[in-house]
Amino acid sequence: MAGIVSYGAYVPYYRLPRSIVNEAWGRRGGTGEKAVAGFDEDSITMSVAAGLDCLNGTDPKTVDALFLATTTAPYKERQNSTIVATVLDLRREARNADFGNCLRVGSSALLSALDAVRAGSLKSVLVTAADMRLGGAAGEDELAFGDGSAALLIGDGKAAVEIEGSYTLSDDLVDYWRSHEDDFVRHWEDRFGRDAGYMMIPIEAAKGVLAKLNITQKDIAKLCLYGANTRAHQGLAKRMGFDPSQVQDPMLDTVGDTGAAQPLMTLVAALEEAKAGDKILLVSYGNGSDAIVFKVMPEIEKIRDRRGIKRHLEIKRTLDNYGRYLRWRNMVSLPPSNRPPGAPASPSAQWREHSSALPLYGVKCKKCGTPQLFLSGSSTRAHVCLECLAKDEFEPYRFADKRGKVTTFSHDYLTGGIDPPVTATVVDFEGGGRGEFDMVDREPGECKVGMEVEMTFRKMRYTYGTHTYYWKCKPVRD
Amino acid sequence: MPGSIKDRVAIAGMGCTRFGERWDANAADFLVDAAYQAFEDAGIEPGDVEAAWVGTQNSGMTGMTLSEPLRLPYIPITRVENACATASDAFRNACYAVAAGIYDIVLAIGVDKFKDSGVSGLTDGSTPGPGHAMGSGGMPPRAFARLATTYFDRYGLSYEEGKHMICRVSWKSHVNGARNRNAHFQREVPLETMINAPMIAWPLGLFDCCGVSDGSAAAIITTPEVAKNLRKGKEPPVFVKALQISMSPRDGNYNPKFDYTHVETTVRAASAAYKEAAITDPREQISMAEVHDCFSITEAVTMEDLGFSPRGKVRDDIESGFFDLDGKLPIQTDGGLKCFGHPVGASGIRMIYEMYLQLQGRADKLLNPGMPSRQVKNPKLGLTHNLGGAPAGCAIFVGIVGLEGA
Repeated sequence: MAGIVSYGAYVPYYRLPRSIVNEAWGRRGGTGEKAVAGFDEDSITMSVAAGLDCLNGTDPKTVDALFLATTTAPYKERQNSTIVATVLDLRREARNADFGNCLRVGSSALLSALDAVRAGSLKSVLVTAADMRLGGAAGEDELAFGDGSAALLIGDGKAAVEIEGSYTLSDDLVDYWRSHEDDFVRHWEDRFGRDAGYMMIPIEAAKGVLAKLNITQKDIAKLCLYGANTRAHQGLAKRMGFDPSQVQDPMLDTVGDTGAAQPLMTLVAALEEAKAGDKILLVSYGNGSDAIVFKVMPEIEKIRDRRGIKRHLEIKRTLDNYGRYLRWRNMVSLPPSNRPPGAPASPSAQWREHSSALPLYGVKCKKCGTPQLFLSGSSTRAHVCLECLAKDEFEPYRFADKRGKVTTFSHDYLTGGIDPPVTATVVDFEGGGRGEFDMVDREPGECKVGMEVEMTFRKMRYTYGTHTYYWKCKPVRD
Repeated sequence: MPGSIKDRVAIAGMGCTRFGERWDANAADFLVDAAYQAFEDAGIEPGDVEAAWVGTQNSGMTGMTLSEPLRLPYIPITRVENACATASDAFRNACYAVAAGIYDIVLAIGVDKFKDSGVSGLTDGSTPGPGHAMGSGGMPPRAFARLATTYFDRYGLSYEEGKHMICRVSWKSHVNGARNRNAHFQREVPLETMINAPMIAWPLGLFDCCGVSDGSAAAIITTPEVAKNLRKGKEPPVFVKALQISMSPRDGNYNPKFDYTHVETTVRAASAAYKEAAITDPREQISMAEVHDCFSITEAVTMEDLGFSPRGKVRDDIESGFFDLDGKLPIQTDGGLKCFGHPVGASGIRMIYEMYLQLQGRADKLLNPGMPSRQVKNPKLGLTHNLGGAPAGCAIFVGIVGLEGA
């Protein structure tokens, strides 16, 4: 039966305590912290991170489509989902699609994937939901919004989680919005959004699905309810008829309001704790509401080795510098750079070598078995084996999923960029092969020759309207 | 050795401009200055030059870079580019043409004018290929800093010990450069200041990095007979003993065999040069050297790669003053890239120029007033070395020049 066969999630390494933001603006207090995507992360890189966590062992060539959900797509024209699919090494035949423009879009993508798999037109769909909405400086959204992502693999095999039913309401109730020109979310009078929107529409959707399945609140082990603030979230859960013990924490005090990613992130967190037989009710909100009832199956036990939400929450470092956050988000005017900006990768050169550079493929020599990652400024294609000199006798060899050890590094203060210094490393991979990568999510003082690192897909720069992506490395922290 | 250049060509005259951030002059000014110094030194007219090789990384395309400012009439000129080994390679090709018997008098000259770029350090003028997605646009300091990181780690040096060692390299070059009125930097700097200077690319600080300069250097290369004739009644000509270039396969950043504690390409070029010049014990036989000290750690590691110090032991030689002007094997007697400066396309011939002056006993020609002599006592053989590129992928030149019979 069609259902969820795998899950994954990602929470960025850095967490900004709300008290630090408040302090910067002369205010006191502040509850909890929010997850902050690094200067080189966006909804594409976070979708990749959650997607990698979810695929974990699944051959990406067996995935028929990638549905990417976000309200913060880096590109308005250029398919964001196909960038993610290329990085994750899906087939060129994959039927990718971008879902956007609404906080309910994660559950919409999930339902679309489920429909496609049930209809038999696709066998396996990877759904990713990521968001990093920007709050204007000193505003409430700046405190509220956090960054993160989740991924679900919908398949037609033996599901770990089955989907029993759903109920959808679409309603062009405008309580908050962003036009094509807006960097920040606009809000109508909040009592209208609360009284006519958030406190009403999800209840209707939840009632709808429960009635459809002929079950009650008591049959639900966990409610995964979207919430933008704790008080309203708790109030709505109560009004829906749920006991606080049934309500899954929406992570507002640890991650923040992750917008379109929140429903699926909360669902992943619930699945991490769920046992076979549990029913979970997911209720999203945004220009309507999707209410979906899931049933957890025994296969859930086979997919426990994800980092998911729980382990990502533990892997963190406090960002104790509000100025650094503003700089990451391009929210302060910096002096002009002393050096010209780096050129973006040539689209023709990059397209030609997409298949190796984006999914991080090197080669393995068929004669001598030596893995090698060939990356010069002008080519990513090896022709002559560096070990045995055999010509064009290679098979593809992927490095993205390999860990490695730092052979050497330098903290480069000269190159500049958004978050100096750049830690420029050379990494020797387990199983052979070497590459040169920037290291992120690290403190300069902790870097050592021999430290273990893993690969992470990041943005190298944004210049001339182009996001240039590639891989970096980061310390292994589990 | 068959095919050896040893004693088959000689340097009849040389010239070198003042190096530095020369806001006052352009590439043509430098070329004319260096070339005419060399003509005068050799006692020839521009019209005597039968062919020329002009090396430049960034300051002109084609041989017309040279023929235009010098108004050289329709002679063959080749433009050479080989990163920091550019000038040395122009020199090497010029020597081969004379050794082949094609010409009797040729000019090898190098030039670069960087300081109109508006940025510190070197610029990246390459076409954006797929690789442009992959790097964070780093400049040379980080690439060489990683030699230091791994060298310190391999040989168990604490940061303080390693940092002291590399700053001692730069300290010595500042002592030498301070005596040289054509050098880019002409001030001695206390070691403590160097150790505590701002970081550029950890663990390299400001004084671990050479300057980027403007300037030119030139050599007149002839047969030994012509050279002796031209220099009759003057200091003796200097003979070419070895010219070797080695190209790394540029795989250090994807081949785990590259150990980041030494530069194999230098080892290969040096070994070929020693064979060509019949040198068996470089630490004893070489009188002095100008090596590629783009960064302090580069010079330290190069001392081992050239066989001047035992592997892993260069610190002893650096700290004991073995490479100081009054040491057993003086290095960077003119201040090196660190202080004399580094116009990439000119540096190789600038190094040979210093060896040339030292071998002729003329090193104090450019002595800063009131400073002690920087003349090396009775030098016989001088070695020059360039590292073009980065440790992980480099074009290496090792050359040896010396007096007749040495």
